[in-house]
Amino acid sequence: MERLIKERTKQIHTIGTTAHELDCEKKSLAGSVSQRACVFCGSRVVLYPIADALHLIHGPIGCAAYTWDIRGALSSGPQLHRLSFSTDLREKDVVFGGEPKLYKALTELIEAYQPKAAFVYSTCIVGVIGDDVEAICRQVSKEQNIQVLPVMAEGFKGTKKDGYKAACDALSLLVGTDNTYEAPPFSINILGDFNLAGELWMLKDYYSKIGVNIITCLTGDGRVDEIRKAHKASLNVVQCSGSMMHLAREMKDKYGIPFKKVSYFGIEDMADALYEVASFFKSDELMDKARQLVGDELSELLPALAPFKLKLQGKKAAIYVGGAFKAISLVKALRLIGMETAVVGSQTGNRDDYMLLKKLCDEGTVIVDDSNPNELSEFVKEKGVNLFIGGVKERPIAYKLGIGFCDHNHERKEALAGFEGMLNFAHEVCASVTSPVWKFFK
Amino acid sequence: MLLRHTTDKVVERKALTVNPAKTCQPVGAMYAALGIHGCLPHSHGSQGCCSYHRSALTRHYKEPVMAATSSFTEGSSVFGGQSNLMQAITNIFTIYEPEIIAVHSTCLSETIGDDLGQIVNKARTDDKVPEGKHVIHAATPSYVGSHVTGYANMLEGIVKYFANNTDELINQINLLAGWVEPSDMRELKRLMKLMKVRNVLLPDTSDVLDTPMNGHYEMYPKGGTTIPEMASMGNSLHTIGLGEWATKLAAIKLDNQCKVNFTIEDLPIGLKATDRFIQALSRVASVSVPDSINDERGRLVDVITDMHQYLYGKRVALWGDPDQLIPLTEFLVDMDMKPVYIVSGTPGKQFDKRMKALLEDKVPEAKYKNGANADMFLMHQWIKEEPVDLLIGNTYGKYIARDENIPFVRMGFPILDRIGHSYFPTIGYMGGIRILEKILSVVMERQDTNCPEEAFELTM
Repeated sequence: MERLIKERTKQIHTIGTTAHELDCEKKSLAGSVSQRACVFCGSRVVLYPIADALHLIHGPIGCAAYTWDIRGALSSGPQLHRLSFSTDLREKDVVFGGEPKLYKALTELIEAYQPKAAFVYSTCIVGVIGDDVEAICRQVSKEQNIQVLPVMAEGFKGTKKDGYKAACDALSLLVGTDNTYEAPPFSINILGDFNLAGELWMLKDYYSKIGVNIITCLTGDGRVDEIRKAHKASLNVVQCSGSMMHLAREMKDKYGIPFKKVSYFGIEDMADALYEVASFFKSDELMDKARQLVGDELSELLPALAPFKLKLQGKKAAIYVGGAFKAISLVKALRLIGMETAVVGSQTGNRDDYMLLKKLCDEGTVIVDDSNPNELSEFVKEKGVNLFIGGVKERPIAYKLGIGFCDHNHERKEALAGFEGMLNFAHEVCASVTSPVWKFFK
Repeated sequence: MLLRHTTDKVVERKALTVNPAKTCQPVGAMYAALGIHGCLPHSHGSQGCCSYHRSALTRHYKEPVMAATSSFTEGSSVFGGQSNLMQAITNIFTIYEPEIIAVHSTCLSETIGDDLGQIVNKARTDDKVPEGKHVIHAATPSYVGSHVTGYANMLEGIVKYFANNTDELINQINLLAGWVEPSDMRELKRLMKLMKVRNVLLPDTSDVLDTPMNGHYEMYPKGGTTIPEMASMGNSLHTIGLGEWATKLAAIKLDNQCKVNFTIEDLPIGLKATDRFIQALSRVASVSVPDSINDERGRLVDVITDMHQYLYGKRVALWGDPDQLIPLTEFLVDMDMKPVYIVSGTPGKQFDKRMKALLEDKVPEAKYKNGANADMFLMHQWIKEEPVDLLIGNTYGKYIARDENIPFVRMGFPILDRIGHSYFPTIGYMGGIRILEKILSVVMERQDTNCPEEAFELTM
């Protein structure tokens, strides 16, 4: 690894051999082929699944074009979120200001679609030319009598994580605006699931089977009117902690709603998620039902996983995902199907996440923060990895190196959460790792 | 109905773009730069831009796409991005070891007033650029033009930096490729070979974005126009630019800088545009057209002859970039089809003029629009007013295809959901046959599926 430059070494840790702690939550080095995105991207992916809201992107066309229906966040009703709305700022607007254009575009849109609420995303250039997005939002809000929420997501203001915060800030303006609703007992909100490949629908099914009521999900299959009632929940169950922790904390401070961090990937974590909720409500009935459900699911799942485990035993995986919390679940899920994790990293993990990973993984495992394709491919070769788990930019690199791949990001094709998802995961991993294609190249 | 929110009537919009038929400049600059050998594109702006462009190109080509970023922070947006770029140049040459860094700007760096030329010069004088290595640049503000403009600007930047007239005329021509696929670049080279025309093709993304699988990951694949080739362009006999939007700037630059005359032709899509290209080649390189190429032409005409009854009068909607749409429209008209709706988000006054000339007499009912508010939403509204038989364009048409139940041929950028564009060209006479085959496949498939049982035909 002589090509690794000095500044990067602190963000790489090999369990058992590296003395220093892993450095993280740093800005990427200028000139790196970073796999990270920007603030705008973070806010956009978090809010976009709210299907009956308008999402207007205030900036040049690219920001809208690249986030047009890319996430596969499914809606059971409206599909307004799958359209791409942009103010398409031009040179003239950059010189004279984009406020008039934003005002017109917002007004046109709201009049045409009568949405439940509108999100206006402010992009890099808007921050620089000084448009007062918040003021325009207030004005249109008043004129049109709907909530117009500014999302202050100028790309350069940090990393994707800061975009999550911008999204949470916008959401917190919506939460608590409907006080007419009375929540039934055992009501929760699901935070941080985006209903990729319909995963939320599976989770809802589990929760309803054990007798838990879900007021809203933030933001998968999201609806504005449900989000308004979110403050009536007794508990927030937070997945993908990176994106939704801000909101969970804020709701705790503001409404006294406690939160629990969970993960729905892998059977241990999925079962724990249900148990945690049941034990929170201190209800024997809930707990019994949860145990029953987990038992039923496992009695089907475990035998179904066995043949995959047989084929995958001893194979090695590399994981590089957005948030490190997900990586933790993945390590456990891989172990369940006989695979060990040789390399694990994330774009935006924090110290706690990485400490947990260090405890969880075996000696010799490489842990890496904000990596790049060169590093990743070196690690993969060095460790003789058979499977790479990552996102869109990592897939072709893995394939070129001749190893299997599983997209655990926006482009997943099958639900990977829950018990059913675990089986899909095993199936997808096995199909890729054992594909005959890896024998064809010389 | 995924597009249930499209209104039936065309509504006048002043400030709003819905479902764009374009994207922004930097991705074009990145694609053009990937067509030079040993080059790492570099995005001078926020991290997200670079990430989006790489993802878009990766989705289109199913290949690794590498590019670095200046990773702007709040500080850089206040104090300027000079230190970011200087540090980036050092880091890139140390870690990634490219021959060339091709820097393009973004809306952010343009708006805060970063002068790429000045920063790159400073990097050179401060010895940040190692001996034998190169840093080139192009200004690509996202709020001007479209992705095609970015491609054109980067081509100009390449030529400006490398092309050099050393007063020794070389018996070769410069071929500036418009925004086409690696397969098309390969096809251009094959045609040159058949014509026995020595040439430099710029850019050349074949063997860069269509690399074979061999168990190795090469950050800099073997393809791409080389530095000596680019340098020699200043000594060539003539330049042919394929596509006005994408190549005219670079052709003019070559003329001004190195006194190489140029001709701009349409991208050779379809019969007549390929005719014009082959004639131009023959003229400027003083070579005759070989029988093999005349035979290819004959085969294309033969296929049109055989199948013209299935093409006649079919109403087609198409969208994409002007350089593709103009010759494609011409080709459709030549095959007696009716390109009735044409949309491009890329601005440029020539579009209207060219379309008018092509359509005024033959398809007077045609509607076409480019630039502001020429988007897929407008296209959908036109189609709702009066339907068409066929859609041709990039993947973003699939919503309309599904909702309105219309056969759909994918062509253009991006294609996110099918393969083939990297491997089978759509330019030249053989490319014409491929376009035709694709059109006929969907049209005839539709007939087979929808016709009444008694009209179902074994032989078509």
